[in-house]
Amino acid sequence: MGRALGRLARRFFSYSVRIVTLLLAVSVISFALVTVSPIDPVQQYILGLGTAVSPEQRAEIEDYWGVDQPPAKRYLSWLGELLHGNLGQSALYRRPVADVIAERFVNSLALMLCAWVLAGVIGFALGCVMGVCHGRWPDRLLKGLCYLLSSVPTFWLGLVLLLVFAVALGWFPVGFSSPIGVRGEDVSLWQRLYHLALPALTLSLMSFASIALHTRQKLIGVLSSEYVLFARARGEGAWTILRRHGLRSILLPALTLQFASFAELFGGSVLAENVFSYPGLGSAVAAAGLNSDVPLLLGITLFSALFVCVGNLIANLLYGVVDPRIGTVEP
Amino acid sequence: MRRLNRRVRTILLAALLGALLAAFCAAALLIPESAAAPSLLDARKPPSWAHPFGTDALGRDLLVRVLKGMAVSLAVGAAASAVSAVIAVLVGVAAACGSRWVDGLVSWVIDLVMGVPHTVLIILISFALGRGLKGLLAGIAATHWCSLARLIRGEVMELRGRQYVAVSRHLGKSGGWILVHHLLPHLVPQFIVGLVLLFPHAILHEASVSFLGYGLPPEQPAIGIILSESMRYLSAGMWWPAVFPGATLVLVVLLVDRLGDSLKKILDPYSAQE
Amino acid sequence: MEQKKETLLEIHDLTISFRMYDRLLEQRDLRVISDLHLTVRPGEVAAIAGSSGSGKSLLASAILGILPENAVVGGHLHYKGQELTPQLQARLRGSEIALVPQSVAFLDPLMKVGAQVDGHRRPRPVRRREELFRRLGLPEGTEDLYPFQLSGGMARRVLVSTALLSNAQLIIADEPTPGMGLEQALEALQMFRELADEGRAVVLITHDIDLAVAFADRVSVFYAGTTVETAPAADFRAGALRHPYSRALWRALPQNGFQPIGGFQPYAGDLPRGCLFAPRCPLAEEACRRRTPPVREVRGGEVRCFYGS
Repeated sequence: MGRALGRLARRFFSYSVRIVTLLLAVSVISFALVTVSPIDPVQQYILGLGTAVSPEQRAEIEDYWGVDQPPAKRYLSWLGELLHGNLGQSALYRRPVADVIAERFVNSLALMLCAWVLAGVIGFALGCVMGVCHGRWPDRLLKGLCYLLSSVPTFWLGLVLLLVFAVALGWFPVGFSSPIGVRGEDVSLWQRLYHLALPALTLSLMSFASIALHTRQKLIGVLSSEYVLFARARGEGAWTILRRHGLRSILLPALTLQFASFAELFGGSVLAENVFSYPGLGSAVAAAGLNSDVPLLLGITLFSALFVCVGNLIANLLYGVVDPRIGTVEP
Repeated sequence: MRRLNRRVRTILLAALLGALLAAFCAAALLIPESAAAPSLLDARKPPSWAHPFGTDALGRDLLVRVLKGMAVSLAVGAAASAVSAVIAVLVGVAAACGSRWVDGLVSWVIDLVMGVPHTVLIILISFALGRGLKGLLAGIAATHWCSLARLIRGEVMELRGRQYVAVSRHLGKSGGWILVHHLLPHLVPQFIVGLVLLFPHAILHEASVSFLGYGLPPEQPAIGIILSESMRYLSAGMWWPAVFPGATLVLVVLLVDRLGDSLKKILDPYSAQE
Repeated sequence: MEQKKETLLEIHDLTISFRMYDRLLEQRDLRVISDLHLTVRPGEVAAIAGSSGSGKSLLASAILGILPENAVVGGHLHYKGQELTPQLQARLRGSEIALVPQSVAFLDPLMKVGAQVDGHRRPRPVRRREELFRRLGLPEGTEDLYPFQLSGGMARRVLVSTALLSNAQLIIADEPTPGMGLEQALEALQMFRELADEGRAVVLITHDIDLAVAFADRVSVFYAGTTVETAPAADFRAGALRHPYSRALWRALPQNGFQPIGGFQPYAGDLPRGCLFAPRCPLAEEACRRRTPPVREVRGGEVRCFYGS
């Protein structure tokens, strides 16, 4: 037991080191990308202010951006500030980037968590059904549905859901973000859920296909194995076999896959949030790019990379506990 | 009713897809711009015989716009996935044939690219290149090569272990000769299947990023832009500008994806799903 | 009728084929086992010996009713005089009829041995299993190991223990010896001999005719999906066999002269008409190629040959 924990700790440590190097690289590359951009952040910032600026004010802003300094120096000072928790000022929202990210991440997290759990549960259940019915009509029908859904762009699915539930049925308002004119803390839980429903549904419909197909494939492999043949020879029924032998070998890999899919989840949330004007990180990053809000764009890029890395870290650790053959030493 | 044989199904799929693609290309080349000219008299018409997909808020025929838009989207998708597939082959071969150091670097770079959500990375790259077509192409090409590169690396590793490669090496053939004569020919099928399977992802990303407002300029009626415009008229109950372009896109993506999958199974029946 | 009462398992004209879909819309049946006869009585070991990969394992699946879905079964199977229907098979497998599989691959790699041997029935027979493990000489703590941690001999005993725990009357051992040294193989077969001596019936499916003759009471020789001859083990040692194939097989053994037989066993896809052995048989005549010879009783054994004596 102690040895297993030690191994887990070592894995954790080595992967954490890898995460740090990856994040550093992401910061370098994304900083380089926004630096080479022909879009002038100062100009865009001034445009964003919407008022005329005097030359002195302009010089002050340029000084703030460090325009005359070489890029490497600017990067280092930006990184230094970053390590102190200062991600800069968002021109778009006129607030510190860290605050914008913190506030919007809560919204995004609620959305992604709902979609993640929903997609995981539906996907796993459908995958089990397909695996058990392998080759018969429920399998073919669901498989077709999975293939179809993985060919649908997230934003279009969002549009269709809007058409059905908002325009045709009228259950939801059409142009809806969080209720306008109501302060954040006054929004009730019910209202939050109400605004979460369609984006979360869109996002989960987008992501359950991969988990379902993966589970199906694994389960088919298990059910055609020799040990399941032997289980049948010992009188176990289909349901007992699924419970005793199937779930044991497919549940943890499915969970691992779910954790490893944080990148797709985040990418999908960018689109879902934009369709539904949901006030999360995804709509913020799209707006940051369009409005040349460089500090916000950099901040969210780094944050999304961190988010994905944490998912991968968990997936990696889970992978180690899935199979006793990886964990234990031969007697 | 028995299911059709895989080869027959693949050929049917390819024929159907070919017909669709030909229609898009013909539309892009043959139908004059005037066919989609704004006409206020015809604005906001639901689907009819004259306008099977209806008209948009400016009275432009949506079928013509969709056909032309699909041609643009497909061209962008094809270009981006071709570039991506070439990157994948180069990187994959380098990782398999280079020193351990190169292999480690490649796997680190793949982790890096996979470590940032693709949509975010494409936004960033598009921003770096001043938005527009160039940024879109670069963004999609830079994000889609990873899984194919891993496949190619594995394939080359396996090929290099084969006996005839060892024999060639003993005969004093150079690494480059072996690469060209023994390795690359075996990679052709992998490359083609990889390319076909990349394509749907590339089109989907192209449409998504155009929808967000990056990528193609609004004058160029790519599918993502048509759909983005349709958002504005949803509340007025105009469903056709959202439904038809999207459904066309889904149809094409689905067909390409199924075709790629069938090709893969024909090439490598042991990895098949059935 | 008298016969059926004292026999535990009686198999008559068993035929198993697989429905395959070839090309476009083309369907054909692939016959893997044809007109197989087998009788098993309590207290005896009945061996089925034939070369590897000739579909013998399907026999076990057919008795237990766990063939793949595209399999078509013909002929009659009787257990204790009762027709073996799918319902009866479902009731018997794991309780009255038990399978001892070939290798550790038939154990769930992710489940500990103890839980696996106990099976799915509740309450878990923990006490009886512990006692059984002691009797079989399995070391303390075996129940907490995973299958991959078992040594070859331990795995063999664990697999046997699954059958013993069920109190089965009929035990089907499918290729219990491949991959074992001679000593281990002898030990394994001795276990089955003891099970039979305690009053159970054992069907031993094996490719090793030598070992089969050493431990079984009767040996059926399996060729191209059918049993060509069933003879008391003593007849093998005495060289008093009835079918040309069994004689040739016996002569092909190293200690009996090592004379190989020409030709190959036919593949299930293109079985010859008439006697399946005719194309390779030195005695074959026109009649052998036209129709399948019936099973005849000769000197206390059964033989499927026009000329067997």
